[in-house]
Amino acid sequence: MFVINCPYCGEREQSEFKAGGEAHLVRPKQPTELSDDEWAEYLFMRKNIKGIQFERWVHTHGCRKWFNMVRDTSNDKIKAIYKMGEKPPTK
Amino acid sequence: MKNKYSLFSLVKNAFSYHENWEKAWKDPEPKKEYDAIIVGGGGHGLATAYYLAKKHNMKNIAVIEKGWIGGGNTGRNTTIIRSNYLWDASAGLYDHALKIWEGLSQELNYNIMFSQRGVMNLAHNLQDVRDLKRRTHANRLNGIDAVYLNTDEVKKFCPIINTSQDIRYPVLGGTLQKRAGTARHDAVAWGYARGADEMGVDIVQNCEVKGIKRNGDAVEGIETTKGFIKTKKIGVVAAGHSSVIANMAGLKLPLESKPLQALVSEPVKPIIDTVVMSNAVHAYVSQSDKGELVIGAGTDDYISYSQKGSHDIVEGTLNAILELYPIFSRMRMLRQWGGIVDICPDASPIISKTLIKGLYFNCGWGTGGFKATPGSGDLFAHTIANDEPHKLNAAFNINRFVSGDLVDEHGAAAVAH
Repeated sequence: MFVINCPYCGEREQSEFKAGGEAHLVRPKQPTELSDDEWAEYLFMRKNIKGIQFERWVHTHGCRKWFNMVRDTSNDKIKAIYKMGEKPPTK
Repeated sequence: MKNKYSLFSLVKNAFSYHENWEKAWKDPEPKKEYDAIIVGGGGHGLATAYYLAKKHNMKNIAVIEKGWIGGGNTGRNTTIIRSNYLWDASAGLYDHALKIWEGLSQELNYNIMFSQRGVMNLAHNLQDVRDLKRRTHANRLNGIDAVYLNTDEVKKFCPIINTSQDIRYPVLGGTLQKRAGTARHDAVAWGYARGADEMGVDIVQNCEVKGIKRNGDAVEGIETTKGFIKTKKIGVVAAGHSSVIANMAGLKLPLESKPLQALVSEPVKPIIDTVVMSNAVHAYVSQSDKGELVIGAGTDDYISYSQKGSHDIVEGTLNAILELYPIFSRMRMLRQWGGIVDICPDASPIISKTLIKGLYFNCGWGTGGFKATPGSGDLFAHTIANDEPHKLNAAFNINRFVSGDLVDEHGAAAVAH
């Protein structure tokens, strides 16, 4: 359990949010051209990082907006939060 | 040869105040090279080593564990064993395990306290009723014992359940697998460790894997905190940390690691003599031999390796428990903990070769791996020894995420995922 600083609503308890998994997975531009391996990579394969992870969250019980988060998955410490479409922080 | 555990040995050791029991397994330093290395000293890993030595005569092998054996999810689960899965592939896999469980104490000469007290799964709405009936029929076609119970029969089998039709999610029926039950989880790890050790397997504790050395498309060995160990075959059984090991070898797995929580109450006199699970309200409960209620909660939806879960998950589970069992309203909870479970998109495990020669993965058991421990070890040992899957785990290959031939047990497995 931790507190998340929603970029639209401010600090709220994590139970108000839903996690949306790994961020910055780009949907293939030409889905019809994709091989089975490439589909598997896009749909199923995940980095599942222990450490600093870029991920998506949504404020389900609040503004219902999606945003991105950088979080250390080994101790649940949040490093950065940024809106959809913004560039991820580099450090 | 180890001394056999028996009533006689118990009496004999009583005369020396139980101070001279032989060590159940040694604590060796790793050798320079092994024929195979199992990464992960939980139940599945130790069972794999045991069957590699026993059935495939591979005795120059080691189990490498970063902590102590059985200290991960093996010691954190709610010890439920059942095989009432919907799909043929899953039914084959889990019932293979259940059949081994039935003779395991005798085989290992170690009391794993396997108790076939039955597992009941409740239905709370019309769709649950249809799903559970369908699963009962599927189970019986696969030779797995299963019966469907109406509300009165549920009440008769477990009288403390609130079967009033006025509650938010009334009990409309349930299924019962009588061969299902529980076992002492620590004893499973210890029994397999003792058995494997007896056949010459090195069980190396406090030794963390730091890297996997590859030569082209084949593995050459592992880097560990106790140095480099050479081997041609690596079987990874690292549960929540499977992706971490896979990343070392340059592989990606279709897994997400999430915290799963459980809790136990203060010990009380026997009150519930079976295991009751409810998918819809997400609550399951049994009672340990010490008298504690053992309660399983759900997973958090975010990836985490912190072995901590959220309080709202526990709260939701306890709400459901209290509605179904008002008698527990004044029970106090003693302990709560989390384990990190590796979940596949189809909620079925992976017991498979990989594209890298000599690298095998047994992972993705998600929220329900304990029940499969003996079968998982047996089939993974077969896969490693023969470099080919057994027919019972052929469907659980990693390539199913490319071919699309998934074993979709999500929501179909009678379990609260």
